[in-house]
Amino acid sequence: MSDNPNNWPLWEIFIQSKRGLEHKHVGSLHAADAQMAIENARDVYTRRQEGQSIWVVPAGAISSSQPDDAAMLFDPADDKTYRHPTFYTMPEGAKYI
Amino acid sequence: MSHQDALFTYTLRQADDLLILSHRLSEWCGHGPVLEEDIALTNRALDHIGEARNLYMYAGQVEGKGRDEDALAYLRNERQFVNTKLVEQPNGDYAHTIVRSFLFDAYHLPLAEALTKSTDAQLAAIAAKAVKEAQYHVKHSSDWLIRFGDGTEESHRRAQEALDNLWTYTGDLFVMDELHQDLVKAGIAPDLTKIKAAFDATVDKVLAEATLKRPADGFMATGGRQGKHSEHLGFILAEMQYLQRAYPGAEW
Repeated sequence: MSDNPNNWPLWEIFIQSKRGLEHKHVGSLHAADAQMAIENARDVYTRRQEGQSIWVVPAGAISSSQPDDAAMLFDPADDKTYRHPTFYTMPEGAKYI
Repeated sequence: MSHQDALFTYTLRQADDLLILSHRLSEWCGHGPVLEEDIALTNRALDHIGEARNLYMYAGQVEGKGRDEDALAYLRNERQFVNTKLVEQPNGDYAHTIVRSFLFDAYHLPLAEALTKSTDAQLAAIAAKAVKEAQYHVKHSSDWLIRFGDGTEESHRRAQEALDNLWTYTGDLFVMDELHQDLVKAGIAPDLTKIKAAFDATVDKVLAEATLKRPADGFMATGGRQGKHSEHLGFILAEMQYLQRAYPGAEW
């Protein structure tokens, strides 16, 4: 396999496995444009019946939090267990909560 | 020729087209221009071989001499293969590979659609399964052909060259010999002039978008349906059949 000589842009691929469920990130691939990205995603990521809908997003369009900021962003939640809805008594007969 | 013999040969013609094209596409495995396209071509090869298997199994039943799909694929010689000359042509550059598939796909989709209405229930069922795959094949090869034709100067030149080189082999797809005409009368095989009309419409539409020129219908290199092939088929069979010939009945 040769290196990608065209420097096609990178696309992030999201697949919806069933109607009504969310589109989940499954990986990335190279393609010249959105149409090609969808077709490539079909061949690369849905060969084994993984999905029924595909989203493609240019990887460059995604903004990400910085790993260096992780402590500042996420650690403060560590001791705030009261944010979890675990302090309620479950009503009897409520099965699917 | 008995009805049974005609049906056997007709089924083989379709199966051989798919098997040989599938083998050609599989030669790209691990050598594709980009990883994603490598997988796309391998998927196509598997689609083709899946349909070929169904057809070989059915051909074996029709023949009734106990030959299974393996015997038909691996233990026949060049002159017994009845695929078109188009599908055995070498991969060449990627433009040649795409044009070869495009020309076949533009024929295969309307053929599969027509065969779903065949009076032969088994052929109709096999075709029904193939239609969705064939739709995607046309889309895939058309998209690439348009990218090549309407792309850079070099990609346009290569696509036009491939088209000019391969056009002479398209005649083989539409040969209607006596055997075929008998099956048309029986409602088993479609009239290929109708398939040709659909083929022409697809080709004209895609070539217009690709800004490519349709070659003139000059001399057509036919004969594949009678087992007369280009020099390439022997090499394909040598590679494809080696294992079964060297170790008859080998399984794993």
